[in-house]
Amino acid sequence: MRIPILQLDRILLVSIQVDLTDNDAMQFQSDLVERVAAIEALGVAIDITALDVVDSYMARVINDTANMVRLLGAEVVICGIQPFVALTLIEMGRGLLGADCAFNLGQALEMLKGRIAKRGDTRFVGDEDV
Amino acid sequence: MSVNDSDTLEPTRLAVETIEVLIVSESDVMSASRQARLLAERLGFSRSSAYHIATAASELANNVLTHAGGGRLRASARHDHPELAVIGLELLAEDEGPGIPDPELALTEGYSTGKGLGCGLPGVKRLMDEFSLETRPGGTRVRAVKWR
Repeated sequence: MRIPILQLDRILLVSIQVDLTDNDAMQFQSDLVERVAAIEALGVAIDITALDVVDSYMARVINDTANMVRLLGAEVVICGIQPFVALTLIEMGRGLLGADCAFNLGQALEMLKGRIAKRGDTRFVGDEDV
Repeated sequence: MSVNDSDTLEPTRLAVETIEVLIVSESDVMSASRQARLLAERLGFSRSSAYHIATAASELANNVLTHAGGGRLRASARHDHPELAVIGLELLAEDEGPGIPDPELALTEGYSTGKGLGCGLPGVKRLMDEFSLETRPGGTRVRAVKWR
């Protein structure tokens, strides 16, 4: 199961819809870091709307992926955490997700654009809106 | 709406009070978690409790697979008395693996053998109401109960 990586200007969008096996997770992480490096992505939005159970293994995969992307120099926002996932993650142990979160993809994109602009990155071409 | 075969075969009343999933691959982990959640919902647990149970089941099944190479996860209704109403749900994860060398350590917050976040077993303990762990070189059994 390979996770598609969509590109919107210099931002990458990924949506995790099923629990990832170890191999899937490794494949996904290497695909993503390669794409981020190849286009020097400025931001990555990771959408997990479709996940209704996130155990400590999945949380680790998501966290690690976010950190890898940040190490390369891109901004990361995780979006679409389901209410019951939030409830369970906190109940299980605090601070499972270290990255910033947004309600949905739209808000995640706004956050990424805001942060990219704040960083003074002039390479971003998506700021002609509004 | 059309009705397919599996719909007509699905029992409409609470017929199944126990599910058991053999854990041999990672897709079994997802299946165990989903079935545990569906059972919890059928038994009348609140949605948040059902998701707690699903996450605990996922955690336990993942442990069985990672540390013992496989095993089984059972979820069953608990009654005070056979004729009385359901009052809880028990998760039982069993394997014939090498056992946990230091159970105390495995239950310590933040300790991890590498794959999780170090909150696997302590996480299950917190998500459920009762928790017990028996382990020896030759098998591990984890029991966790959530009261309704």
